[in-house]
Amino acid sequence: MEKYLYIALFAPLVSSLFSSLFTAKPKKQFVGVIASLLIATSFVSSVILGFYILGGGEAIHVELMTWINTGGLYIPFGFVVDEISVTMMFVVTLVSMLVHIYSNGYMDHDPSFNRFFAWLSAFVFSMMVLVMSDNFAGLFIGWEGVGLCSWGLIGFWYYKESATWAANEAFIMNRIADLGMLIGLFLLYWNTGSLQYDVVFSKVALLDHSTLIWIGIFLFIGAMGKSAQFPLHTWLADAMEGPTPVSALIHAATMVTAGVYLVIRSNPLYDLVPEVGIFIASLGTFVAFFAASMALVNRDMKRIIAYSTLSQLGYMFAAAGLGAYWVALFHLMAHAFFKALLFLGAGNVMHAMHDELDPFKMGALKEKMKWTWIMMTVASFALAGVFPLAGFFSKDTILEAAFVDHHYVIYGVLLFTAALTAFYSFRLVALIFHGNDRYSQFGIHPHEAYNYMLWAMAPLFFFAIIAGIMQTPFFEMVEEALNAREYHIHSEAVKWIMLIGTQVLVIASIFYAYRKYNRNDITVPDGTSKTENRLCYKVLFNQYYIPYFYEEYLVKPYRELSGLFWKKFDLRVVDATVDGIAKILYNTGEETRGMQSGNLSVMLRWMVVGLVILLIFAGAVGLAVRYSDKILSFLSALGV
Amino acid sequence: MEIGLSHYLILSTILFGIGLYGVMSRKNLLMLFFATEILLNSVNIGFAAISHYLGDLTGQMFAFFVIAIAASEVAVGLGLLVVWFKRHNRIDLDEMMSMRG
Repeated sequence: MEKYLYIALFAPLVSSLFSSLFTAKPKKQFVGVIASLLIATSFVSSVILGFYILGGGEAIHVELMTWINTGGLYIPFGFVVDEISVTMMFVVTLVSMLVHIYSNGYMDHDPSFNRFFAWLSAFVFSMMVLVMSDNFAGLFIGWEGVGLCSWGLIGFWYYKESATWAANEAFIMNRIADLGMLIGLFLLYWNTGSLQYDVVFSKVALLDHSTLIWIGIFLFIGAMGKSAQFPLHTWLADAMEGPTPVSALIHAATMVTAGVYLVIRSNPLYDLVPEVGIFIASLGTFVAFFAASMALVNRDMKRIIAYSTLSQLGYMFAAAGLGAYWVALFHLMAHAFFKALLFLGAGNVMHAMHDELDPFKMGALKEKMKWTWIMMTVASFALAGVFPLAGFFSKDTILEAAFVDHHYVIYGVLLFTAALTAFYSFRLVALIFHGNDRYSQFGIHPHEAYNYMLWAMAPLFFFAIIAGIMQTPFFEMVEEALNAREYHIHSEAVKWIMLIGTQVLVIASIFYAYRKYNRNDITVPDGTSKTENRLCYKVLFNQYYIPYFYEEYLVKPYRELSGLFWKKFDLRVVDATVDGIAKILYNTGEETRGMQSGNLSVMLRWMVVGLVILLIFAGAVGLAVRYSDKILSFLSALGV
Repeated sequence: MEIGLSHYLILSTILFGIGLYGVMSRKNLLMLFFATEILLNSVNIGFAAISHYLGDLTGQMFAFFVIAIAASEVAVGLGLLVVWFKRHNRIDLDEMMSMRG
């Protein structure tokens, strides 16, 4: 089985290295094909490992080689395939493989086709390191690796100012959060003497409670950055500047869930600090609602889906914070399927609409793009949690978990958010695919994407529909590893009321969205209508003015401070010193070049001058030695 | 008055000073050689005097070395000088500027 582990891990690396050989060359179709095949190899290996673990096999643990071995610190390049990592591996490789295939079509006309695959495969490799590592150090390497690849892919079209800006924003925000994570890791190492998961988790129970709280908080700060939780959430929406397959793979299905993975992986730690757990759950719930509210009014197709991702990440954190780790992991998996599908569908629409993102300028695309319409609608149903699609099983279990644990506020907010989710998802679908045709006035002739792109989406489509039946086997698989329990509501009546109530609420929201946006008199908003001038619309449309706040109160003062230091300190002190030294040397040379006249007589005179100086020096040293006692007593009298 | 070590050293210093002055001020290459001879011999006086004073023959041996090397140096130097004179008809130091930087 070990060989499958190595194949799953290193096939993406090989793919990345291979593709990077051609980055400076014009488009080569075989690069995309080979990269896709290698990722597919990785996927097949992951599936084999998955069935092995699902069948009750022992977790596979390998140590590739020693990385750091010094003093008391021993960190190997060790990898583990257990119930948690195999789930992540399955999700990551499946979505990666499909996105690789899809990208062959999506990036078809891009001059940097080869470079795209180099970055994308490098991302897959980093993500695999992240989820397969058996210690926190390896996880951190993967963590930084995905951060780097995310930077490279958001800023893929580096000639666009907005893209580089968004890439830097994402990178910097993640670095801020990573500092928290590093502190958490240092605390862990300081207190347990190891970073290996098994060693650390066997020792956490012995630690001080307050230490554990700090560790929990700092690790979660790292997770907040990667998973874009409030207040570090702004980068995710801006990250939509990257190519759409990147958004599907990195900023919906895999990388942003790394924070959730970290919390799930550290479950023995978080089990001991329920206070932090409640904080995580509350923050998650808040973000779920907060992001969903911003998605209600947004007019950028990709941003709406990004906010929905943010909102679903909030759900996952809510579940993980409440100790329902398996539910969080299950929702992570289900979400990866339908969200990637939604993004790839959005990619098709973008292609058809020549990169137009405003859904108000689309409408009536369902005739032209039948399959994209069907897939996105089903993905939206799954996202909204309609029976019997994937979202129903995962999201409903989160609600049940909150209800059973008597966190009624969390339950209420999440339930309300579910209604919002249904509304904004179908607002988007209705605006894009239904209603009157608004794109013709912009001179756009939409067409369906290549067939193989649709085929690449088909497995996601399939899983978005049937992921629900995987719930029971999944539960049995992770039961032991995550200390999972089922959430049963005692009274049958309450259970059915909740179930049906949620469904009715969600379906009502869907109908409302359709009624409001599936009309033939929708026009492109121009900022004059009554709705658009309402205060709450403005607040939501401007994302609660948070980006504005960051820009105005953090970025600008920082920039001014930097400018001040630059002009006052850097230029006047540091630069002046360095320039001064250079100037002294230069001037000395300029002044003394007269000595090199070539006249022997003059040179001899300078030789004599040197001799005299040396004689004076020798004399001074001789005198100092001769009278050293007196000099010393004189100096001590002065108090030196 | 007894002639002691310090007299020899003073003589040596005076001769060194004369030689140094000659080296700096003379423009004729031949005179320059004379001045260097004075410099070398002033040092020889110092060597011999201190050698005698300390009862150690090393200093006198060094003086002989210096004399021998000075002789060969002058031989080579005069040879070059003669060649230069044949070519340029002058031996003025200020004219030898080929090493000007």
